[in-house]
Amino acid sequence: MHIKYSFHTALAGITTHKSRSTLTVLGIVIGITAIIIVMSLGQGAQDLILNQVQGMGSRTVVVIPGREPKGPADSAQIFSDSLKERDLALLRNKINVPTASKVMPILFGGETGSYGGETFRLTIFGASEDIPEFFDLAPEQGIFFTAEDIRSRADVVVIGDRIREELFGSADALGQRIRVKDRNFRVIGILPKKGQVSFFNFDETAIIPYTTAQQYIFSIKYFHRFFIEADSEATIKRTVEDATQTLRNAHSITNPDKDDFFIQTQADLASRLGVITDVLTLFLVAVAAISLVVGGIGIMNIMLVSVTERTREIGLRKALGATDRDILIQFLLEAMMLTGIGGCIGIILGVSIAFGASLVLTRVIGFGWQFSFPLNATLIALGVSTGIGLVFGIYPAQQAAKKSPIEALRYE
Amino acid sequence: MELIRTENVTKIYEDGAEGTPAIRGVSFSIRKGEFIAIMGPSGSGKSTLLHVLGFLDRQTSGKYWFHGKSFDEHSGAEIARVRNEKMGFVFQAFNLLPRASVLENVKLPLLYSSVPDSQWEEQARKSVDSVGLSHRMNHEAYRLSGGEKQRVAIARALVNNPEVIFADEPTGNLDSKSGAVVMDILQKLNETDKHTVILITHETYTAEHAERIIRIHDGEIASDAPVDGRHRIRGTLFK
Repeated sequence: MHIKYSFHTALAGITTHKSRSTLTVLGIVIGITAIIIVMSLGQGAQDLILNQVQGMGSRTVVVIPGREPKGPADSAQIFSDSLKERDLALLRNKINVPTASKVMPILFGGETGSYGGETFRLTIFGASEDIPEFFDLAPEQGIFFTAEDIRSRADVVVIGDRIREELFGSADALGQRIRVKDRNFRVIGILPKKGQVSFFNFDETAIIPYTTAQQYIFSIKYFHRFFIEADSEATIKRTVEDATQTLRNAHSITNPDKDDFFIQTQADLASRLGVITDVLTLFLVAVAAISLVVGGIGIMNIMLVSVTERTREIGLRKALGATDRDILIQFLLEAMMLTGIGGCIGIILGVSIAFGASLVLTRVIGFGWQFSFPLNATLIALGVSTGIGLVFGIYPAQQAAKKSPIEALRYE
Repeated sequence: MELIRTENVTKIYEDGAEGTPAIRGVSFSIRKGEFIAIMGPSGSGKSTLLHVLGFLDRQTSGKYWFHGKSFDEHSGAEIARVRNEKMGFVFQAFNLLPRASVLENVKLPLLYSSVPDSQWEEQARKSVDSVGLSHRMNHEAYRLSGGEKQRVAIARALVNNPEVIFADEPTGNLDSKSGAVVMDILQKLNETDKHTVILITHETYTAEHAERIIRIHDGEIASDAPVDGRHRIRGTLFK
């Protein structure tokens, strides 16, 4: 039989029993819907996280003290004291790292800040005057501190929106003094509400000159991080190499395994986070896939019932000249069309729900969420659903093809 | 010309230790263009014989040649092709696809044939016309009366222009008037269109529309003789 008419016949078989067909494919519809939602939201989450990382600027590389962790369970000494004032000077020297346009030291830690009777647990962030460019920050009111403030270890602070709200309420914060560790910091700038940027929540952060932070807040002679900005995307790799060599020389390290620092690029970070979201997505997809198997068994069950019920039809077709192969193809196509249609419905449902969810996430919750149409997932879902029809349809179809015409014709 | 020849055909159903012989040692031959009735009471083995003759089932022993070739000389696909192109079947229970239209039901054998699909419509319409159901062309089969259903079944059997038409109790589910129309069509097919017709029935009156009656009793041929005073029905359909 020509394949065109096999499709015809199979389609007729499906449409003759509309409600049964609908119930049969429900399992597939639900499974595919779940997979599409998970994959679309997973992609959205990944984009969101990567955007956050990009918020730090893609040309930024971060020098972290201590040994690079070798895996998730490897707890390296995160707060090592290997990054010193001398290292900063060396990295800033164009002879050592010609492609570094900016080098910024960072210190951070939790402290209690108070104003009047109010106290708030805030994050002290000691940085240089370059911090607005590194994190794309601009004060809503006031200004950032300057190089002069760094030199003079000025007691000035730029506060996040949450700190302003908690300590000052509706009162004017600019020019007021916040008390941290027995020192009074004059508020010279207030940041707009920004939410989480990369790993820092600037809303709860009080940014002060790093010199002040070293001397009066943390009382240490080292830094927690260096942020280096490469002068272009193309020179990131070179910047990392030069900075590594400079620090090794400074620390007299000859064996790279003995490094007491490591350098992370945004690309590293992005790929590391990408792996996490990928694994999570894959796990959820695997769970959803179980429902597809269940749906497939449902299809097989109904197809077997259908073969028994249509024994007469099979016998008749055979008496009229259908070969075993014609019957096999007819029932196989029926199963595959059922699951294929189920897959299409699942895709439409899944994409709609994922789109709805992305609207809720942006409009209601306020994430910078972007809906992503899961093209890969759509193609996979189509393939998988028709594949299920093939796998679970072959046995019933073989049963149908095996029926002898007289047994089939006698069947009442 | 000889179309069908059986020698000592026996069919045993393997449903017990001994097996039940449904037909035993049946031998006869049928020429092209004959109108034969195979007659016998229910359980006599006449339907089993029809299944063997129609290549729907294989005899346990003995020889059967259709067009000079036996079942075993064909592959499975060739058997299907012979059934499709050379044989037409009419069953007591009509066996139409209830939700499909008259035209679609009649087209069914063409789906499995080598006839190019451009000719299907014309061939099927011609076949429906020949049983006088042009006005029911697009009706769904389940909405037809019993007599009309059987005429659709005959049209379906005819559509591929087969050499032989097997009719298994075609009037068994019909009232006498509808039955007469069906017999009229079968006689016309035999006489005007030169189709070989093999009719299975348990009724003497129905059998006597044929030229020759093979009587089966307990799986054996009791008699094989021409019909004297054959019943003739004319003009029930096309007046």
